[in-house]
Amino acid sequence: MTAPNQGTRPTSLILSAATRLIAGLMLMFSVFMLLRGHNAPGGGFVGGLIAVTAFALYAKSRGTEEARRTLGLPPEVIAVAGLGCALGAGLVGPLLGRPFLTGQWLVIGGDGHGGGFAISNIVLFDIGVYLVVVGAVLTVLFALEEEV
Amino acid sequence: MASLLAVLIGAMVAAASYLLLSRNVVRFLFGFVLLGNAINLAILTVGRYRGPQPPLVPDGAAVPTAAVANALPQALILTAIVIGFGILAFSVVLIYRAYEELGTINSDEMQVAEPAGVPGGPR
Amino acid sequence: MKPELLLVAPLVIAFATGIATFLARRRPRLAGALSVGGAALLLAAALALLAQVVAAGPIATQAANWPAPFGITFVADLLSAIMVATTGVMALVIAVYALAEIPRPLESAGFHTFYQILIGGVCGAFLTGDLFNLYVWFEVNLMASFALLVLGGSREQLDGGIKYVAINLVATAMFLVAVAVLYGLTGTLNMADLHQSVGRVGDVGLLTVVACLFLLGFGIKSAVFPLFFWLPASYHTPPVTVSALFAALLTKVGVYALIRVFTLIFTRDVAFTHTVLLVVAGLTMVTGVLGAVAQMQVRRLLAFHIISQIGYMIMGLALMTPLALAGAIYFMLHNILAKANLFLISGVMRRTAGSFDLGEIGGLWKANPALALLFAVAAFSLAGMPPLSGFWGKLLLIKAGLDAESYAIAAVALTVGLLTLYSMVKIWNEGFWKPHPAGDGGVVTLAAALPGGRVWLLMAPIVVLAGLTVAMGLFAGPVVRVMLTAADQLLNSDAYVAAVFGSGR
Repeated sequence: MTAPNQGTRPTSLILSAATRLIAGLMLMFSVFMLLRGHNAPGGGFVGGLIAVTAFALYAKSRGTEEARRTLGLPPEVIAVAGLGCALGAGLVGPLLGRPFLTGQWLVIGGDGHGGGFAISNIVLFDIGVYLVVVGAVLTVLFALEEEV
Repeated sequence: MASLLAVLIGAMVAAASYLLLSRNVVRFLFGFVLLGNAINLAILTVGRYRGPQPPLVPDGAAVPTAAVANALPQALILTAIVIGFGILAFSVVLIYRAYEELGTINSDEMQVAEPAGVPGGPR
Repeated sequence: MKPELLLVAPLVIAFATGIATFLARRRPRLAGALSVGGAALLLAAALALLAQVVAAGPIATQAANWPAPFGITFVADLLSAIMVATTGVMALVIAVYALAEIPRPLESAGFHTFYQILIGGVCGAFLTGDLFNLYVWFEVNLMASFALLVLGGSREQLDGGIKYVAINLVATAMFLVAVAVLYGLTGTLNMADLHQSVGRVGDVGLLTVVACLFLLGFGIKSAVFPLFFWLPASYHTPPVTVSALFAALLTKVGVYALIRVFTLIFTRDVAFTHTVLLVVAGLTMVTGVLGAVAQMQVRRLLAFHIISQIGYMIMGLALMTPLALAGAIYFMLHNILAKANLFLISGVMRRTAGSFDLGEIGGLWKANPALALLFAVAAFSLAGMPPLSGFWGKLLLIKAGLDAESYAIAAVALTVGLLTLYSMVKIWNEGFWKPHPAGDGGVVTLAAALPGGRVWLLMAPIVVLAGLTVAMGLFAGPVVRVMLTAADQLLNSDAYVAAVFGSGR
């Protein structure tokens, strides 16, 4: 088997055809898992891994070059951005005079006894985790794929 | 259940120790992975394994309605898995680079930093 | 600002600086400036924390506001605060040194980012009040140190890196399994909570086994006998900046962890555990210094000395008296300053005289008397010459040993001090006193070795550290009083426990 970066990579029709369908679905599912993690099993970590799997499939079927282009940003930048998100989410607490990482809630609408749309810095933290996982794992994955 | 897991963990640690003693650094790394998994199982076991029920409070209740799993060991294991994965990825790259530069994966032959018989070392 | 926020400030500053230097990695000059600025900010926060703890005793905060022992506790008693402040000092001076020493390609490859992450990880290990979190911070340190160690990827670095990685992986596995069994025994991992609940454990034998597992895990990290082989295999391979940083902080994190768990948690079978520690301390001192005596390469010699001096710190812990613990903390502080400085000086020696190998250099006294003087301060402090800081550290420890009637360890400590002096004199004779093998032309001036007016970037850190070493010796009285308070807080954990459980409720 030849390395993918040598151009003569064997492509499987089944894999590339299936990837076209599956990768998009997996990305949507990863976001669903990320948001579901707020109140139920799920969350940024597992969501991130699902997103990574989607990109790994894509990289397998089309090469890392193409996968990097589709990703848009270098994966290490995504990881650091995620770290920044998580750090920023943690700092919301201290800004409001509470300990580091304390959950803060903002309810939009509703009557004060329920209802309305509640949003919190915990979601931001989870998005940070998601981005760190996607960025970090893809950095390693692409590096290994291109190296070996 | 606990005694079964204990035997399993013991077997895994034994196999891992065997691999860790190898001069082949790739086998060493496999040993480390196996040891990591054995330890994760150990964390699960010492946390009093109580079945697969997730530790969630159903809608409308104030406490879990059934016996649920201990969430803390699972959180610890998840963290340990993530860290172990990161270290594994780094180590694989490191071993590959070392193989390229040094031409060996036998730890006995890795004597560049500490040449045998020369206390002063290189440079 | 609420004092509790000071506990997370060092972490936030270090990681935010890490992110900033990453974003600026394509502009190394800017990234370097950011790194120095971040380190200065961290030092300021650490000093504020120290002032707060000195004034008002241990403080704690609960991340995410979950009360202890359920949440993640950050806590600082005097020992933690001293260690964080020292980390701040080292972070700043080594970051300045790095500006002149680290080549551009390494800066672009993310040197400053890994540097800041390592600093943040070290601060986290000093400040956490939870054993599992300590594990996580150890891993953060480990990952960052892996990267720094092999950044550049020379043959020596990869060779040393493999050994460093392999043995440290075993250490983390030991640490994790120890955490697991301890959790099984007590049902908690919060250190203050553990302090209370280990008293209720019926099976003291199993508790001692756990203590030994911790000793194994932390012992590898802090390079005690017979677990130190990774250190002399790897510390002489990376750039001098990285060697100095590792020598200053990494093993000390292991020693700190040992001091923490063996004063706060494992105090039920002191007769056994602390005897083991005492034997380990003696053997560590002796093997380390004997290894050093045989070396001809400056950095390898210094690396072996790290091991030998870890022994002194463990000796203070093993004796478990207020004086001994104060001596251990004083010695640790002194050692961080002096040992890192010697590594920094070795970098200047190589730049001017051309090599790390003592057989190939010489004449530095004639060519650079200022450097020779600074070396003398650091080296003779390390060897324990009065009135420098090393003398007082050893005096405290040996006095504590005599008070505890542990004459053997006191004798070992004295003898090892003599051998330390011998190997420092060796560097002095070979590197500074004897003429350079290539004649007077063999030594270039620093200005010639490092054009562009960046000489002061190398020399300023050395001068500052030497100044601190002298100050620690001259003002030993007040410093030791602070250390005695820190030792009291270690031996009497009530204030620590009260701080953890008092706030956030």
